[in-house]
Amino acid sequence: MQMFPLVAKGAQVRRRGKVLVGPVDLTLGGQGTSIVIGPNGAGKTTLLKMLHGIVRMNGGSLDWACPLEEAQKRQAFVFQTPVMLRRTVIDNIAYPLRLTGVGRKDARERAADWASRVGLGEILQRQATMLSGGERQKLALARALVREPDVLFLDEPCAALDGRATREIEEILAQASDNGTRLIMSTHNMGQARRLADEVIFVLGGRIHEFSPAKPFFAGPGTSQGRAFLNGDIVE
Amino acid sequence: MMVKVAIFQWPAVFDCSNALSCDFEIGQQVLDRASVRAEGSKPGGMDDLWAGLSQAFWLLVTLDADLVEITLRSLRVTLTALAIACVIALPLAAFLAVRRFRARRATIAVLNALMGLPPVVVGLVVYVFLSRAGPFGVFGLLFTPTAMIIAQVIIVVPLVASIAHQSLRELWSDYHDLLISMNATQLQRIQALLWDGRRALLTAALAGFGRAIGEVGAIMVVGGNIDHATRVLTTAIALETGKGEFAMALGLGFVLIALAIAVNLCIHWLGRTESEGRW
Repeated sequence: MQMFPLVAKGAQVRRRGKVLVGPVDLTLGGQGTSIVIGPNGAGKTTLLKMLHGIVRMNGGSLDWACPLEEAQKRQAFVFQTPVMLRRTVIDNIAYPLRLTGVGRKDARERAADWASRVGLGEILQRQATMLSGGERQKLALARALVREPDVLFLDEPCAALDGRATREIEEILAQASDNGTRLIMSTHNMGQARRLADEVIFVLGGRIHEFSPAKPFFAGPGTSQGRAFLNGDIVE
Repeated sequence: MMVKVAIFQWPAVFDCSNALSCDFEIGQQVLDRASVRAEGSKPGGMDDLWAGLSQAFWLLVTLDADLVEITLRSLRVTLTALAIACVIALPLAAFLAVRRFRARRATIAVLNALMGLPPVVVGLVVYVFLSRAGPFGVFGLLFTPTAMIIAQVIIVVPLVASIAHQSLRELWSDYHDLLISMNATQLQRIQALLWDGRRALLTAALAGFGRAIGEVGAIMVVGGNIDHATRVLTTAIALETGKGEFAMALGLGFVLIALAIAVNLCIHWLGRTESEGRW
């Protein structure tokens, strides 16, 4: 069953009377990689969490092409600061499968396979909280991808990583995209945005300021704020 | 050398229908013994302390039969009560961490307040429920180890649940977004917290053990401190103190402390806490 398009109409998130995001009107198709950019505090993380469904909306609507329950099962989220379950690497990666009723042996086999794919095959039995920042992010990616989601949300997955680790993560994401996973990702790294983006969502003050294909956006944003942001100026 | 743990003599006519009268008689005996002791030598001096250490040493070395019996009974009652309390308290703590409901704050506040539940009051309430005229009198549980276990469970549950809740609440704040993102059900969230927080929960269980093993008020009331039936280390200490046998009381006290430390070390060793990469 098709998940896309994802249609948001007047979607809004408020906390203590303050609007964090919205109203958002957005239609996302089922192809490619969407990159969410914007200054700090613009609402990128909240927007991603709202689309994923882990932040409750206070207004508007958000509709997938399939029933919500079905959509929730077919998406995953990678957080900016990866949350490590207090278990070994292999048990962390196997956990989402165990939640869906996959047997322990099968889950661990598939987890070991994914751990190898992201370069963690040698440290399956290490406690996850003992991993470095790059390894944690790889583990979070493997844990998200092990269920082979149709949509993967990523909140600045390379924020605290060096160039090498960033490249490794990008390779994993490129593979996932090639395998048909729809990526929706926020980043502060404009180089990364240019490398990965098929379309760009520029967020400012909790609203979507620009939403356009990547090439025209990076060639020349349609708004003065977009241009200022790309030039590295302070945007408010 | 055989050191015999003195046997407490109940009043010849022991009317258990009224807890207050029982307590009064015990209290009266304590006062009588203490006053007799006060007239003789000075109680609680350094001599008693050394004599107590020596007494404890010999009790352990000679594996005194009475000591072994009451120690094993202490362990049986305490560990059974702790196991039952953990089965109730740990899922309750996880549920309170995960689930948001209207009376949640009030429930947590009440639970925290109940940590300071006076054991004697618990004993009295359990006594009333289990006494012949009480609603559960038909089971004939009063003055049995089962009654002592019931009282200890009531005392320990709030303590274990409160301490466990503190740890699990922090763990849940870490896991919250991830588990919701993974569509974990309420039960799966609780299971994840209990499993991943198991070493922190060990601390809660050990606190419960400490409270239970050292408890005297409630189990004296519902157990009756009956020799070869419901006498445990703490009630034996109270009895020896009442008789003015401070050395023996101290000896039993040292045995109790050693037992508590041994069980703690054992549980830490089994739980492999403080080892690298673990929690």
